[in-house]
Amino acid sequence: MEKYNLFQKVWRHHSVGLLDNGQTQLFVGRHLIHEVTSPQAFGMLREMNLPVRYPERTFATVDHIVPTDEVKEPYSDPLADAMIKELRENCAKTGVTFFDIDSGKQGIVHVVGPEQGLTQPGMTIACGDSHTSTHGAFGAIAFGVGTSQVRDLLATQTLALSPLKVRRIEVNGHLQPGVYAKDVILHIIRKLGVNGGTGYAYEYAGDVFDQFSMEERMTACNMSIEGGARVGYVNPDEKTFAYLNGKPYSPKHENWEKAVTVWSSFASDKGCDYEDIVLFNAADISPTVTWGINPSQAISVEEKIPDPRELTGAEASSAIEALDYMKLSAGSDIKGTAIDVAFIGSCTNGRISDLEEVASKLNGHKVKTGVKAIVVPGSQVVSKIAEEKGLDEIFKNAGFEWRNAGCSMCLAMNPDKLIGDQLCASSSNRNFKGRQGSPTGRTMLMSPLMVAAAAIRGEVADSREVFSN
Amino acid sequence: MPLEKISQVRGQAVNVPGDDIDTDRIIPARFMKCVTFDGLGEYLFHDVRYDSKGQPRDHSLNDPRFANASIMLSGTNFGCGSSREHAPQSLYRAGFRAIIAGNFAEIFFGNSINLGMPCVSISEDQRKQLAGIIEESPELDITINLLDSKIHASDHQFAFKLKDGARESLINGKWDPIDELLGKGEAIEEVAKLLIYK
Ligand code: SF4
Repeated sequence: MEKYNLFQKVWRHHSVGLLDNGQTQLFVGRHLIHEVTSPQAFGMLREMNLPVRYPERTFATVDHIVPTDEVKEPYSDPLADAMIKELRENCAKTGVTFFDIDSGKQGIVHVVGPEQGLTQPGMTIACGDSHTSTHGAFGAIAFGVGTSQVRDLLATQTLALSPLKVRRIEVNGHLQPGVYAKDVILHIIRKLGVNGGTGYAYEYAGDVFDQFSMEERMTACNMSIEGGARVGYVNPDEKTFAYLNGKPYSPKHENWEKAVTVWSSFASDKGCDYEDIVLFNAADISPTVTWGINPSQAISVEEKIPDPRELTGAEASSAIEALDYMKLSAGSDIKGTAIDVAFIGSCTNGRISDLEEVASKLNGHKVKTGVKAIVVPGSQVVSKIAEEKGLDEIFKNAGFEWRNAGCSMCLAMNPDKLIGDQLCASSSNRNFKGRQGSPTGRTMLMSPLMVAAAAIRGEVADSREVFSN
Repeated sequence: MPLEKISQVRGQAVNVPGDDIDTDRIIPARFMKCVTFDGLGEYLFHDVRYDSKGQPRDHSLNDPRFANASIMLSGTNFGCGSSREHAPQSLYRAGFRAIIAGNFAEIFFGNSINLGMPCVSISEDQRKQLAGIIEESPELDITINLLDSKIHASDHQFAFKLKDGARESLINGKWDPIDELLGKGEAIEEVAKLLIYK
């Protein structure tokens, strides 16, 4: 019998046919939208006089522009206010389900999809947002698209696409204590490069991914795009099914058994072909921190900031540019770099398990005076669970601000921004120049626990030392 | 509506050097608060073109010699970062009709082709040469010819790479797939029916 990987199976299952230019017309079963990339698409649809073809397959939330300290509308920013109103109206007119602010379900689109059970194995999922790769944690083929493609999806539920090659990335062995999914993915990107994955889907596997919880798998898949891979996925297994069981949009009753059988059939066949296979040893991974202006510019917290003179070619020139921007000096310890802001949140690390892990260690610790530390839950569901468990109090007692759900300081399209050249220890996914709202603001990416360690020490610190007792 | 058949792009070029120019650099996120793409051109490369007081900095896009450029030359991994079409849209609305770079991030590439804005790749040596030519004669019109897959800059020619599917869809006026997608209504419904999820 022919053997196929998950990507190939899902692709074939959703393929409508070939287009004139040789691309595939791919049916996208689940479409997620948010306020930043959808209004222009609805506008294009109106201009072309086209209806939304399958409104029941599109779900909307508002995340990027929502203030996390005020809930009341109108928002103080009139542009943000116009965007939420536009989305609300577009959804109401076309019959698209909208998880509005008062729904109790609002949040970052990549947190909301899985927790509502909208993300399931074997699906094709698209969203006008590059971190859509997150949903691959469930064994779905999920990818970010541009706004014209959001239009194509609304109008036809299909896209013109070319298939990807599949690279299997295995991380085997055991992670050291204090090393998290975030460190694993930063390590992978450091080794394979920010465009190492161009043209590829990454299939994550091995002992570490087998043992990871669904939320840890989401953290890793989330950052696939930072390695240039548009898609990242993990084959569905018992953990996937257990996570989905009972979620609001998961199949129910007699449909459940059938769904699990179909879902299982999408997993990559043993012995199937891959374009290539890359192996990592879990023991080589330490708590990791970025020092530069792209996510591959990362080192373990024990290392020294690289010296561009020891690098060659493009790596050297981009290191010079990065150190200049980051105001860091080559050859010094990354540990001890003073920070101004600490941000725990985003679609990478704003889930309940992230908050629980940090809260479990905070006892007796306080955020260093002068450091602004904020926790922004990934969704209202996450907020609610956290508050029921009293995590908000633990964070507040330790000196963190406890905010409402949204993207917040991940890209600062709302009022949460860095000021001047402030340096932020951040659990988000991008450290590009100006990413956190100030054109000279600086970002260091790390795991949530490392962010907390930095907040407490006021400088980059090894979480294993800070939380040793 | 039939689309323009794009077999060449001709115009002045400007060099914006650097590798890994990401979408946040092309258009900072704070300018993406918009419900239409109109007016995005104004903010192209905003934070590298202007200082914190809004004063223009020394940047090729502020150089009057290149004010009419419609072709951009840059480094490798151009357009990495987000999937937001705001980046190619801001380039397009600032008057750019083609990009030449070492290579492109995938989503950016696709978004640009969908706008009818070819993104062609050339080697580092070629980029250096071309940058030299542009610097020497800023007013020179260069031609990106999709038919012979070469950039023509006065007497020089540079063979470029452009994915086959993309090249053909530009040349045949099929760079925006919407009509073809819409035409397959029944086939779409067939696939939808076979899925276990709604
Ligand atoms: S949290 Fe950040 S990366 Fe994720 S969707 Fe929001 S802005 Fe994008």
